Amino acid sequence: MPASQPSVVVPADADPLPGQRVRLGVTTPMRLDSGAELGPFEIAYQTYGTLNADRSNAILICHALTGDHFVIEKHPVTGKPGWWEMLVGPGRPVDTDRYFVICSNVLGGCLGSSGPKDINPATGQPYGLSFPVITIGDMVRAQKLLVEHLGIDQLFCVIGGSMGGMQVLQWAVAYPESVFAACPIATAARHSAQNIAFHEVGRQAIMADPEWRGGNYLLEGTRPESGLAVARMAAHITYLSETALHRKFGRNLQDRKAVTYGFDADFQVESYLRYQGAAFVERFDANSYLYITRAMDYFDLAADAGGTLANAFRPGGKTTPVRFCLASFSSDWLFPTSESRAIVHALNAVAANVSFVEFETDKGHDAFLLDEPEFHQVIHGFLEGCAEHRGLTVRRRAR
Amino acid sequence: MDIRDDLKLIAEMVEPGSRVLDVGCGDGALLDYLTHAKNVDGRGIELSMDGVRQCVAQGLSVIQGDAETDLKDYPADAFDYVILGQTLQAMRNPREVLELMCRIGRRAIVSVPNFGYWRVRLQLLLTGRMPVTEKLGYQWWETPNIHFCTLRDFVVLTGEMGIRIEQARILDRAGRVTGRAHSGFANLLGEQGVFLLKRD
Repeated sequence: MPASQPSVVVPADADPLPGQRVRLGVTTPMRLDSGAELGPFEIAYQTYGTLNADRSNAILICHALTGDHFVIEKHPVTGKPGWWEMLVGPGRPVDTDRYFVICSNVLGGCLGSSGPKDINPATGQPYGLSFPVITIGDMVRAQKLLVEHLGIDQLFCVIGGSMGGMQVLQWAVAYPESVFAACPIATAARHSAQNIAFHEVGRQAIMADPEWRGGNYLLEGTRPESGLAVARMAAHITYLSETALHRKFGRNLQDRKAVTYGFDADFQVESYLRYQGAAFVERFDANSYLYITRAMDYFDLAADAGGTLANAFRPGGKTTPVRFCLASFSSDWLFPTSESRAIVHALNAVAANVSFVEFETDKGHDAFLLDEPEFHQVIHGFLEGCAEHRGLTVRRRAR
Repeated sequence: MDIRDDLKLIAEMVEPGSRVLDVGCGDGALLDYLTHAKNVDGRGIELSMDGVRQCVAQGLSVIQGDAETDLKDYPADAFDYVILGQTLQAMRNPREVLELMCRIGRRAIVSVPNFGYWRVRLQLLLTGRMPVTEKLGYQWWETPNIHFCTLRDFVVLTGEMGIRIEQARILDRAGRVTGRAHSGFANLLGEQGVFLLKRD
């Protein structure tokens, strides 16, 4: 395998979860944005479809904050369908019959890739808060090592929504020659003050939970479940639109005919949020939540490019060769259309190849994960067009 | 090729293999034609969400945007041709749009409906009401066309702006090429004009 660094495939029995794992940064640790070094570390990933002979049909999917690498199969922990099975799979817009699809759990995550819940080899104890702070750039650096380990020089496309979209942008900026096309969806080139604020509420909820124990809950045998659940509840509100919330629940009461003049979950919306919180703690690590939200907060592509976003897309003074397709959703107030538009403006300023569509929907930020046929149609068309330019399909004749 | 007459003329003015921006590209008919028949590196801007969706879904590089706010983003000479088909008269500030087009493109191609066309003139003269024709089928209170001009008006404006008309094709009602742009004859018989422009 033409890897820049030696890598070790972790034997499957090392982890009960399905999928594959690779140990990276074995001889040379990976240098993080914080200046810290990490290595060796593990990345858990899944692949679907077959890599073609010239290794030109690979698509990397980047997951969002609480997502993972189980894109299209039944989730091994929750038993729920894959989080993007609407978009990815045989015959789907991201067609696994044609493309080799890769998705990895982000660095700092809690479903197989190295994160704060893992054992620090130096101490033999869980990292907890001694795990180094991770950035979106670090997540992408780790993905780059994985992609090299798989013997792929250039990804045909990188696709992701929300935090996944940040990774897509980071890929295009950090490794423009290694990405043919990029689909950053419902995302932003920097995390807004409002979004940092929401994240801070979530983190404070976790850290205020006495069971959190300064981050040492694994060692002390406790679980900061209520804190993590509250963090999830607050975040969940930001994923929906006011209209969608109203349509789903209105002011309907939960299994009762009148309010109880108490603090039970009288309203359906309360009951729903409590359920979301409770379900979340079953599958997610509280410290991972701290680390990953922090990574999003620190994301600011323009700042990294000397304050001008357009410069991020002008590597070596030349227009980025990457073909972009951005998408936003009209009722998304977490990553509103204006954020996508700012990226489009920057790409236009360097005359990059860019497509951009805002989809009319009342489903809020979550729309990118839901059944939005027009959105799926556009992703399909964009990939078809790119495949033609990349020489993956027969050139279409003028109509 | 079943593209509109004025689009066909526009396509003839475009050199193969060039970089093209189609402003107001609609459903992408011209872009698609240019991409596949002339091998251009084509981009589009379109206001309507439906249009953009249709374009991107067929593999064209199109952004949802507004010519009057989004053209200024592009660097000078970003394209070989910037095309504006039949929408200059719908702009709030057509002069500024023309100026931007000639800055971000080495050349601009513009097609405009002729308000000096004899049927238009005759309707106004005989009925005393705002003309409604086949190509301009709107009542005055619903029309998106807020800045009409005659072919002569257009030629005068380009002169004032220091823009050279490198080519002009005047089309009659049947889509046939007729007369020269500067002649009063064309201004009377031409239903629309297609101009290849370059800033001096």
